[in-house]
Amino acid sequence: MADLMQFDLVSPERRVTSVQASAVEIPGATGDFTAGPGHAPFLTTLRPGIVSVAASGGSQEYLVTGGFVEVGPEATSLLAERAVPRAEVTREMLDAVVAEAEAALAATSEEPARAAAELRVADARGLAARLGL
Amino acid sequence: MPSLKDLKNRISSVKSTRKITKAMQMVAAAKLRRAQEAAEAARPYAEGMHAVMSNLASGAKDSPTAPRLLAGTGSDKVHLVIVATSERGLCGGFNSTIVRLARVHIARLLAEGKTVKVLTVGKKGREQLRRDHGGLLVGHIDLGEMKRVGYGNARMIADDVLSRFDAGEFDVATIFYNVFRSVISQVPTAQQLIPASFEVEEGAQPAQYEYEPGEEAILADLLPRAIATQIFTALLENAASEQGARMSAMDSATRNAGDMIDRLTIQYNRSRQAAITKELIEIISGAEAL
Repeated sequence: MADLMQFDLVSPERRVTSVQASAVEIPGATGDFTAGPGHAPFLTTLRPGIVSVAASGGSQEYLVTGGFVEVGPEATSLLAERAVPRAEVTREMLDAVVAEAEAALAATSEEPARAAAELRVADARGLAARLGL
Repeated sequence: MPSLKDLKNRISSVKSTRKITKAMQMVAAAKLRRAQEAAEAARPYAEGMHAVMSNLASGAKDSPTAPRLLAGTGSDKVHLVIVATSERGLCGGFNSTIVRLARVHIARLLAEGKTVKVLTVGKKGREQLRRDHGGLLVGHIDLGEMKRVGYGNARMIADDVLSRFDAGEFDVATIFYNVFRSVISQVPTAQQLIPASFEVEEGAQPAQYEYEPGEEAILADLLPRAIATQIFTALLENAASEQGARMSAMDSATRNAGDMIDRLTIQYNRSRQAAITKELIEIISGAEAL
């Protein structure tokens, strides 16, 4: 098994990063997970959160919102609607993430979906608090 | 016969027009390069999205629970025609070719007895369509404020279109735009957005994945994004095409101005010479008469 895999982070406007990574932590829709080399083929959507890439040249962190990730044994590509390096994340971006989750909650009324939306709001608030901006 | 002074004024005015068109051509060339780079940079995302969507869609298409964005509403009575054009003119046939294709499409749909609604993006298309399809216009999205096409613009258009779809305003949506081939060739294209269609390449093996959450949940989540991505691709193609068309239009305008200056200069020189000759003749015949 190789100890590195190709990792691409792509936003609609450009390829944000493309590195050889040993592990990538990803906020999947159903929970955070870490993709490493040799991972089984796997496809999941994302929830807003921080992706952290452990690459050969140091680690990188990005705030991503909306999109999906395609994990494979040799390559992982993450397509995010927005990908911002951690250092450039601003309070407004986090507020927008929280506001979006709250709007989704306000729009759903049926029960199982509503509980999920409530979780999303709590999750977004937690993210904002954790980054502490 | 215009006087010498008139000709002189004419020449200097054409010269300044040539300066302007030359400058516009160079600006368009610079903008074209930027637009092409943007289109290039956006390709990995669009391709990745397309690959995943065609994979998912081929599996879900026949399922009875497939999302409406993919399966359609089950009828095709009401068509939404999205016409994406530019905000500014002076770009040759760029806007007219898109509008012409859209008009043909609208006329065919109307002849088939369908209802047509038109959503325009960009001022120029609206101006052209208002004349004979004014009653069909249901909305307009202005891109005049922004300098470059961003994903946010595409998202905004997609949100507008999707909310209309959710409200049951139409069954089929098609977007019209120009595909950039080269500076001298832009191809007007119609692409169906809703129900979403993702062509699978012949012989392409669908990749096997573990999906989480289920395939259909992912599909439902990604479809709106895929449509926004298609709109974004269309806008980027349009932006590059617009600059390409403007560049070649301004190039020929500059050349025409040059030709005109040459012609006018010859005419100017001839009339000047004629005036001199006339004066000489007058002097000589005056001298001879004495």
